[in-house]
Amino acid sequence: MAELEEELKSQIIESLNLEDIEIGDIETDAPLFGAGLGLDSIDALELIVMLEKFHGIKIDDPSQGKDIFESIKTMAEFIRAQKA
Amino acid sequence: MKVYINGIGNISPQETWDNTKFLKEVVSSDDNRLLCVEPVYKEYISPIKLRRMSKIIKRGIASALIALKDANVENPGAIITGTGWGCWADTEKFLLTMIEQGEEQLTPTAFMQSTHNTVSGQIAISIKCHNYNSTYAHRGVSFERSLQDGMMLCLEGNKNVLVGGFDECTDNFFTMLGRVGAWKKKTINSLDLFNDSQEGSIGGEASIAFIIDSNKTDNSYASIDAMTTFYKPDSDEQVNEKVNEFLSSYNLSPSDIDVVVSGNNGDSKSDAIYNVVLQEFPEATHTGFKHLCGQFDTSTAFGTWLAAKMLKTQSIPSVVKLNDVNKVPSKVLVVNHQNKENYSLQLLSKC
Amino acid sequence: MSTRVFVTGLGTISSIGNNVEESYQSLVNSKKGIAPMTRLDSKHKVNRPIAEVNLTNEELANFVNVKTLEGCSRTSLLGIVAAREAAVDAGIINELSSERIGLISATTVGGMGETELHYRNFIDENGQGAHLDYINSHDCGESTQRIADELGMKGYQNTINTACSSSANAILLGSRLIKHGILDKVIVGGTDALCKFTVNGFNTLMILSDKDTTPFSAHRKGLNLGEGAGFVVIESEESAKAKKIYSEVTGYANGCEAFHQTASSPEGDGAYQVMTEALTFAGLKSGDIDYINAHGTATEINDLSEGTAIQRVFGDNVPKVSSTKSFTGHTLGASGGIEAVFSNLAIDRKTIFPNLSFEEQMPELNFKPQTDVIQDVEITNVLSNAFGFGGNNSAVIFSKV
Repeated sequence: MAELEEELKSQIIESLNLEDIEIGDIETDAPLFGAGLGLDSIDALELIVMLEKFHGIKIDDPSQGKDIFESIKTMAEFIRAQKA
Repeated sequence: MKVYINGIGNISPQETWDNTKFLKEVVSSDDNRLLCVEPVYKEYISPIKLRRMSKIIKRGIASALIALKDANVENPGAIITGTGWGCWADTEKFLLTMIEQGEEQLTPTAFMQSTHNTVSGQIAISIKCHNYNSTYAHRGVSFERSLQDGMMLCLEGNKNVLVGGFDECTDNFFTMLGRVGAWKKKTINSLDLFNDSQEGSIGGEASIAFIIDSNKTDNSYASIDAMTTFYKPDSDEQVNEKVNEFLSSYNLSPSDIDVVVSGNNGDSKSDAIYNVVLQEFPEATHTGFKHLCGQFDTSTAFGTWLAAKMLKTQSIPSVVKLNDVNKVPSKVLVVNHQNKENYSLQLLSKC
Repeated sequence: MSTRVFVTGLGTISSIGNNVEESYQSLVNSKKGIAPMTRLDSKHKVNRPIAEVNLTNEELANFVNVKTLEGCSRTSLLGIVAAREAAVDAGIINELSSERIGLISATTVGGMGETELHYRNFIDENGQGAHLDYINSHDCGESTQRIADELGMKGYQNTINTACSSSANAILLGSRLIKHGILDKVIVGGTDALCKFTVNGFNTLMILSDKDTTPFSAHRKGLNLGEGAGFVVIESEESAKAKKIYSEVTGYANGCEAFHQTASSPEGDGAYQVMTEALTFAGLKSGDIDYINAHGTATEINDLSEGTAIQRVFGDNVPKVSSTKSFTGHTLGASGGIEAVFSNLAIDRKTIFPNLSFEEQMPELNFKPQTDVIQDVEITNVLSNAFGFGGNNSAVIFSKV
């Protein structure tokens, strides 16, 4: 089950060009925005495209992103729910 | 309109970002293109911000921060940049992805950073400067337009105005401009630029920032006494008339000029006009600079940097000399044109 | 530094008209220029309405007598049309070679509309492919130089690219050049043609509306892009003597919010800063403003931030506000110029233009935009806002003389 989570971490590192960060640095439960990784609204838009590109899921309303991208855990849950 | 240059940050193909150095060691290239020697950007910009930035944005911010530190200024009275082609790496990244992916799955970062005023905006964001902010994109006088606006602002009472010029020469940019004859067909060593008879120049890039102010400080490099531009003169004679008009409006004659910094770029189509101008200054040391930075829309800023450094250090590095006259620099005239369309003149003095 | 600056000529082309008179008729008849894409060949055709100028490049070139279309961008063509109209209107068309007359044009993408069609040719390493003349018409400065050359201008030229505030900044810079005595007259404004680059760019930011834009509405969904050009001729007091004067440029300010590359703060600090500075510069109180031609892009962030700032400046007495982008779409580098033309028409023709397609009031704001046209109303001072990427904000005040 944790495979998807690890996959997401490496996709995030690549998509957002997080040069100095490794998969081990991102905690599955930790917030991605604000205090956590320090991502911002533009990263959220990048993550929307990432979901489409790697997971075939399209999000039309950017405000949905807020809950989905809370953490790696919430992202993985969202993807599993969509694919179920 | 006299202003003083009180701080400089210059990231160019030479190791100019270190203000303690002055062309002691010279970098050259053999592929008709001079690319920037970069400082360590982590010293200037936090990693979380750096990850998104293309080179030109890093250079723009770092050159601004170096200039501010050099001038001992925290918050400039204005930020004004000039650039011919803007943030080209970001622009073409978005453009090419759009073409290749057929307008699908595009991400916003490159697009939002493609606007020409990204650098002036990002400098402002990095130092929280809410003052006047502008960006000019007017071909071969883009830097001059920013300098001129900065000088007007100083006259209006603004303090410590940051003016600058930046352009970048990406691989595709170099190919593209090469297709319309901008560069030499056969490769040369950049230091042989002024001895090559082919048409075209060599590519280049830089990001150069100056802090200017109406008041002199302990760190002042030089004063910029005046500048002017003119467009598509009718003849070579008219260029000389314009130069003479410019000097005489400040009660100067050619013999008052110790050093001429000339924008020769080695292009046999358009370099002759510099000789026409230089002939009027037989008593001055003639210098060139585009063999050190290459040709780009804001390369005049490198000429301004050279003039300011010569005036501050009271020395003329041998690598820039075009004739055998040895003068101690006190008054320097910077002459530049691009494709015989946009011309500019700057007068700088020792202070 | 005491010289006054007057507006003496207007010129514009956009989706609502090929000249000032046609535009005015559209404005008073609530006729918007927003429609499905026809000219631009983009994948987003189906769900992204835009505001196109209803002329092909050939028709535009014929209109202004440009002989060789190859190597001439649509941005330049639109600019030539509007700059020429402004120069004719100001009666200076026959004196444009004077070095005392300048041209400051703004554009955000210059010749991108042509570059995006031929870029693979441009960068072909084997030297294959055609339409290379468009390489030289890509950079922003070329469009200005082209306008100057077509109009026979020899004096000061400059091109501003501060994103969507660009042509408001052209008005600022032109006014200052006159006050410094460097120029007597300047044609100031901007031009931008639609292209896939900007359509896709704004689309990635998810701020393009899939229906007609609804500025200052609670459930707004973003902007429609548009194209066009707008220029005004400004002159020194001496130079404008005995001429028809549309208005005086009494106030202006520019600043950087330094908040975020693309977003403005929800409190509207940047917008507040430039509106109050422009009022102070003009020596006016907020109550003196009769009409605000808002930036009003209908993005969630802009309208909240601009609306909040307007509320902070004007309190309970917010003047009539409308976003004419509900007619023309967002014309980016041209918008400040086009909206300067509309602001001057408001004063000259005693008209307040409506904010079309308004739905429901924004809960955060104490005002609604003006939704009907008002005619025969005395307008003394108009405030025109323009805000851009990089947090670049500008405000200009035009006053009846």
